[in-house]
Amino acid sequence: MTETKDASNLLQKVPVGIPGFDNISDGGLPLNRSTIISGTSGAGKTIFGLQFVIAGVREYEENGVIVTFEETPADLICNVKSLGWDLGALVESGRVAFVDASRAPGEQILETGNYNLSALMVRIEHAVRKVGARRVTLDSVGSIFPQFTDSNLVRREIHGIVGALRLLGVTTVITVERTEEYGAVGRFGIEEFVADNVLIVRNVLVQEQRRRTIEILKYRGTSHQKGEFPFTIDAVDGINIMPLSSIELCQKSSNVRISSGSKELDTMCGGGLYRDSIILVSGATGTGKTLMVTEFVRAAIKAEEPALLFAFEESPDQLRRNTASWGVDYVDAEKRGFLKIVCSYPETAGLEDHLLNMKRIIDEFKPKRIAVDSMSALERVAPVKGFREFVIGITSHIKHQEVAGMFSNTTSMLMGSESLTETHISTITDSIIMLRYVELQGQMRRALMVLKMRGSSHDKQIREYVIDGKGLNIKEAFRGVSGILAGRPVYGMGDEKERMGEMFGGEEPVS
Amino acid sequence: MTYRLKLYITGRTPHSIRAIENLRAICTSQFHEEDYDIEVIDILENPQLAEDEKILATPTLVKRLPTPIRKIIGDLSDREKVLLGLDLVETARTEKGGQE
Repeated sequence: MTETKDASNLLQKVPVGIPGFDNISDGGLPLNRSTIISGTSGAGKTIFGLQFVIAGVREYEENGVIVTFEETPADLICNVKSLGWDLGALVESGRVAFVDASRAPGEQILETGNYNLSALMVRIEHAVRKVGARRVTLDSVGSIFPQFTDSNLVRREIHGIVGALRLLGVTTVITVERTEEYGAVGRFGIEEFVADNVLIVRNVLVQEQRRRTIEILKYRGTSHQKGEFPFTIDAVDGINIMPLSSIELCQKSSNVRISSGSKELDTMCGGGLYRDSIILVSGATGTGKTLMVTEFVRAAIKAEEPALLFAFEESPDQLRRNTASWGVDYVDAEKRGFLKIVCSYPETAGLEDHLLNMKRIIDEFKPKRIAVDSMSALERVAPVKGFREFVIGITSHIKHQEVAGMFSNTTSMLMGSESLTETHISTITDSIIMLRYVELQGQMRRALMVLKMRGSSHDKQIREYVIDGKGLNIKEAFRGVSGILAGRPVYGMGDEKERMGEMFGGEEPVS
Repeated sequence: MTYRLKLYITGRTPHSIRAIENLRAICTSQFHEEDYDIEVIDILENPQLAEDEKILATPTLVKRLPTPIRKIIGDLSDREKVLLGLDLVETARTEKGGQE
């Protein structure tokens, strides 16, 4: 740590050690300052405060002090065990010290004249010196107010403590309880005194789903990202913030082509898919999206490259059976380590949790190809905004790995093309392959087209394909038929025989 | 009955001095000398003791004995409340000591 006293213009920041937070705060918490973190009950403020201290010890060799006003140290140690944090060990090894300012149950306090809270400050200072702390958490400061009759005095004293902490050269997080998700920063008006930096954590109910977000409301004298950022709390990372707006668009790009699994489709795409591109396969139910994904995975297995398949609609067994009927042996590929299937119902977790989980599996398995079947299944468990964030998050993560990703997407209409998912995904993906039903002379036929192929020329024709025992079989282009994409195919007038001849296998196109 | 009293102060502030004076006055008026024991602890010198006793405010008078343990904060200028906290009633000087 360097001295900052002379650097009056430049506010240094201390990296917190909470994944994502340093991105949204442009570097961490302001060094040597106090930051209020406010939230309703259960929003995650205490965890933030504790993680600030624990990550300091683990990742930055900075010891910390936890001043607890609400729970006893024993309770806190016990509670965070579920997050995999052994706070007790850190206390024993002298890396973390507690100041217990919680009220003992049943304890009676009589006030008989003038007093102040200098004892609390003395204890905090003592703890800071004892472990050589650089980080201090006060949790949760509101709980001290009911212990004393004079709120003004308590406010004044807390103000004094915050000032003293600054002189001690520590960075402080103060958690504050608030009663409404969108209202005053905190109770008891503490923020009026310590308002250099204010963070808000929220736990809002949107469409019957809990959505956690964190927002930097105020960062005096320094920059930060604006708006609410979703985060999750789990046993691996504790708080994990998804810094969506700060994702950098800086992936490398390669010219290496890989096979989509279908020779004809490769040709349509101008020689194959790019190795580090995201492909969206869009179609109504039953058009063969899962098959397309299977072909994609099959190509990976054939090339002996590991493939990772996230399935949100079918169980592993179901997938293995279905793919076996197309002649793809998932079981063998899994045995040889070229395939990993991860199946879960979208409803089992929030989208943020799904994202985090998927990222971890990707990092662990290090696949060359990633398939998600289907993206639209995830759409139903989150509000629109959350889904968009998820798509951006997973896409950017896959792109950072510089591997190919294929998402399937179910369109809501059997014939048309409009889907909410599409509007979110389509601009992010590099290639879009559309699968459509076409009703022709009382028959349901299937049409395929490459709608978009970034960085390459591609076949603009709408081709027919059939699904048989060997998988996807792409045939000739529809000729003499228009309006397929709109879901209203119109074919030119003429002789029945002639038309049939023109439609498939004709040499010259007929408009 | 023996009274064991601990008075926690932070340095020789006017609050501290007043608390000590008030406590002495109450004790001499209520107890025989051998019936009570006052320990004054300056937490600036011994912060760990404040931690052990979980002292937040100073001055704080802690009645260790007789049980229940009770904390009385402030400079003890509200004599009646102090007596209440010590489980005492204002008694005539002749009835010194507790009433077991």
